[in-house]
Amino acid sequence: MAESVVTENGTGGDASRRDFIHIAAGAAAVGAGAMLAWPLINSMNPAADTLALASIEFDMSKVQEGQQVVIKWQGKPVFVRYRTPREIQEAVATPLSALKDPQTDADRIKAGHQQYLVLIGNCTHLGCIPTFGAGDFGGWFCPCHGSHYDTSGRIRKGPAPKNLVVPEYDYLSDTRIKIG
Amino acid sequence: MSDHESTYVPKSGIEKWFDSRLPIIRFGADYMSLPTPKNLNYWWTFGGILALCLVVQIATGVVLAMHYVPNTELAFASVERIMRDVNGGDLIRYTHANGASMFFIAVYLHMLRGLYYGSYKAPREMIWIVGCLIFFLMIATAFLGYVLPWGQMSYWGAEVITNLIGAIPVVGEPVLIWLRGGPAIDNATLNRFFSLHYLLPFVIAGCVVLHLWALHHAGQNNPVGILIPKDRMAKDTVPFHPYFTVKDGFAIILFLILFAVFVFFMPNALGHADNYIPANPLVTPAHIVPEWYMLPFYAILRAVPDKFGGVLAMFGAIGVLFVLPWLDTSKVRSMRYRPTMRTFFVIFVLVGLILGWCGAQLPDAPVIGNFKTFVLIDGDLNSYLWLTRLATLYYFAFFLVIMPLVGLRETPKPIPATISEPVLSGGDAMTAAAPASPEKKG
Repeated sequence: MAESVVTENGTGGDASRRDFIHIAAGAAAVGAGAMLAWPLINSMNPAADTLALASIEFDMSKVQEGQQVVIKWQGKPVFVRYRTPREIQEAVATPLSALKDPQTDADRIKAGHQQYLVLIGNCTHLGCIPTFGAGDFGGWFCPCHGSHYDTSGRIRKGPAPKNLVVPEYDYLSDTRIKIG
Repeated sequence: MSDHESTYVPKSGIEKWFDSRLPIIRFGADYMSLPTPKNLNYWWTFGGILALCLVVQIATGVVLAMHYVPNTELAFASVERIMRDVNGGDLIRYTHANGASMFFIAVYLHMLRGLYYGSYKAPREMIWIVGCLIFFLMIATAFLGYVLPWGQMSYWGAEVITNLIGAIPVVGEPVLIWLRGGPAIDNATLNRFFSLHYLLPFVIAGCVVLHLWALHHAGQNNPVGILIPKDRMAKDTVPFHPYFTVKDGFAIILFLILFAVFVFFMPNALGHADNYIPANPLVTPAHIVPEWYMLPFYAILRAVPDKFGGVLAMFGAIGVLFVLPWLDTSKVRSMRYRPTMRTFFVIFVLVGLILGWCGAQLPDAPVIGNFKTFVLIDGDLNSYLWLTRLATLYYFAFFLVIMPLVGLRETPKPIPATISEPVLSGGDAMTAAAPASPEKKG
């Protein structure tokens, strides 16, 4: 009895139908596995309460000329720098050809508030916090792997690939900003 | 070795009862009677030492987890509580922390032994590959564990290393946020790191089972590096117990003395003082360094001026080990009979040490004296940056150029027909160069 079943399925059309069932069942199992795994993987994405901490407000009048204030936003440091006229002049005068990640100074500030620079304070290399006012370009210097940023927070020298990131922010009034 | 037949005969009633239901006593007995090459030297004892290290780490780790709190507000304080208030907690934590270093000392020596004696060559490729996987898992586990005390080095180490993933084009950023569970390293990150740090050692244990299974199937290599012919099995092998249980046991005692010196007399010598400062996301330590066992790979990361390139080089430095069995073209396993390769091997070990040393220095600092020479591309020639680059170049050249070429071009020394020959012939030039050949000390 059993022998005859084996021979029947071993030849002709029945074999391909059985193959089809095997492949279909295998594919269904893989699909079901992926569907079960997805909620587990997705649960590792930022939770609702983490995302809810998305914006803060800051009073710019707290920062003096030539000074930098560091605030914490989404667990990261944010640099708020009140630039001196000389620092602004240096940033504006730099030709785009001298930049690794070309961006004009005007693209990195809000019109009418060019003295204030608002940047995420993590080096775009591996995330250390660059030191204020240090380095060859008067902006920031990252002590971890030696990246130099200019007074517009643009990468000028070292391993970092990008300029310091400008977060999304807007002026609510002349002296008040909302980050995020 | 591979065709080891069971010689176990159950004697008592209970042994017979077990043998026909769950032959676990037979399994253990067969393991103990395993025919083992009689010429294994002390470099072969690190397998047993590593098994002990894993047991020590799991045992101390399970207990530490009973006292540790994986929460950014409480983690640092809970570790200090373990150090000050938990009964014997300082000893348990110091054993666990130094145990990681001991684990890596042993694994590096174990890997170098495999490299020197050609233990990765056919038919043992899978032993080596599973071993590389274990090494990679060890690095991951050690990194995750280092984050848990939530000190400054913990936090900034996590920041730097997770940022490596962000360097991957296109998918890097979303994967980075997924991995951290938020826009920055925070409580979500600490929680999952704790979970994974607890999980991975058991994955390692599973891989160790595969490692040993492959080892006992293909048979152990030996310092001479030849396969033992079937008709020589009786003459060239001895049972694992008592010969190698005793030898491994003696090596373990010596190793535990070293372990104890660190735990009892210099428990913080291998750590970094900054990790006794609570994590602060707004202050980066002046100089971020990983634990000593990661330094060579950290140096390779910094050697490449491009961010993603550096990440590829660092992972490539571990990845190249996986394909080592196919990079070595030599038919001879043991470097005892490959004098040319042995020279390159010694340089490789030195280069590994240099990379480790470079990884702990500031890239721009001068290597010799305190003077500048001239700037080559992006750094002074007399700087750790360029020393690191030279060493990195040799590291990769050793595997990708030297191994394939030397294997094809060298003239190896004559290989003995049996592993008994070099010993019985009174120790000629072939064995004189061998490191630690204990048979001759008798």
